[in-house]
Amino acid sequence: MDINWIKIAGFVLTPVIAFVVGVTYGGLVRNITARIQNRFGPPVWQNFLDITKLYSKSTAIHHGWMQRLGPAFALTASVTSLFFIPVLRDSEMFSLLSFDGDLIFLLYMMVFGSLGMALGVGQTGNPNSAIGVSRGLSQMVGYEIPFVLALVAIMVQYQTTNLNEILAAQSQFTDWIIFQNPFAFAAGMLALLGMMGYAPFDVVTAPAELASGPPSEFGGKYLAVMMTSRSIFAFAKLVLFTDLFLGGADNFITLVIKTFAIYMFPVLTGIVNPRFRTEHSIQFFWKWPTVLGILAIIIVVW
Amino acid sequence: MTPNINEKDKLRIREIVQNFARKHSLWVLAYGTGCGAIEIPPTMTSRYDAERFGITGSATPRQADVLLITGYLSTKTLKRVIRTYEQMQAPKYVIGFGSCTINGGMYWDSYNTINALDRYIPVDVYINGCMPRPEAVIEGFIKLQNLIAEGKANGAEKYMENLEWYRENQKKIIHNWQMPDFNW
Repeated sequence: MDINWIKIAGFVLTPVIAFVVGVTYGGLVRNITARIQNRFGPPVWQNFLDITKLYSKSTAIHHGWMQRLGPAFALTASVTSLFFIPVLRDSEMFSLLSFDGDLIFLLYMMVFGSLGMALGVGQTGNPNSAIGVSRGLSQMVGYEIPFVLALVAIMVQYQTTNLNEILAAQSQFTDWIIFQNPFAFAAGMLALLGMMGYAPFDVVTAPAELASGPPSEFGGKYLAVMMTSRSIFAFAKLVLFTDLFLGGADNFITLVIKTFAIYMFPVLTGIVNPRFRTEHSIQFFWKWPTVLGILAIIIVVW
Repeated sequence: MTPNINEKDKLRIREIVQNFARKHSLWVLAYGTGCGAIEIPPTMTSRYDAERFGITGSATPRQADVLLITGYLSTKTLKRVIRTYEQMQAPKYVIGFGSCTINGGMYWDSYNTINALDRYIPVDVYINGCMPRPEAVIEGFIKLQNLIAEGKANGAEKYMENLEWYRENQKKIIHNWQMPDFNW
């Protein structure tokens, strides 16, 4: 049996690229937030320093094995989701595990990290964490509905659940789903607001209210793994949205431009908004984004 | 087996990299029960913008690196400070903020405040003044950064080595010690 070295290189390189890009985006977001608040802000590489510092903490207290496993679950889920998303179009190295039906698989895989975290957090016994987890899972019920509706609209429109085929259908600029099915795009982007967890939908981590919510009892290396996982997962989500709506990318420059454009939507919304209450956040997702999602399906089926 | 020079150098390089990261990423847990806490918001927000130096607030003791004691500590809040300090993950640093943490300041003969913070938890940097301006606070943080880079900010190790002495002092003040002997 031949060993496919290109694929192996892809498996090694993809998480590294996702980590570097995701963490740099995190630093950029802090910088952009600072400029909007009329501050100078930290350097762009600040999040690398934060993660290095957390990894080099000399003590790491834990309350049991589940707390140790929680961040590992989250990291596993992030990296696995990333492997199922074609990062570049028509590239053997960067479309790793795509198969028929990977969109449906991704829907499950993207939830797995949060559930693993919820298990880990449960053992810490911190009331803030427990409230954060219950809020997070409630909000997930909110934004998953418009997201799934948008995905179903695309699946029905192109008669496929394979991301590579959806990418292939968007070869021309005018074939992009943002133009072909703008309602699905709108529903998806509004769902992204909730997925990214920036204000006004930051009910889960709510630093001033819940003491950072689920991770409040995690310090040092556990927090570092969680930050790594969050950076990789943010990149995975952005690449997924680029593949779904903006026709993917042929090279990394296009990819960075497109993912950054998508990322700016939740970030800029977040900077100028206060925080919703949990029930208002769920009400929001069940109102307009859901209506837009249903409209997208109706238009496709019509 | 004694480590040869190469391994020592490797350790030293690792230490330098780690200290560089620690120095530029200080997550502050502000214990703001003293009046000095009023100087923290201007330090953190647009006017003085401490985030330029990588200094940000942290929500819980588990995630924090720096415990900022802003002003006087009453005998009642000392207990909470000790719990908070012990929950932080090493390496951890303490900044005593204002005259009250140095010698009691204007509360030096009060019946319910402590006078020298250094007797109860190890303090790395003192910022004097009543109260210190945000410029002085940032100056204090830069002093702490320099200590970290030189590897001299080892309060956590000092605390572990002299735990009995610290416990003895703490128990002199806290008569109703109704908490576990170790909080970490």
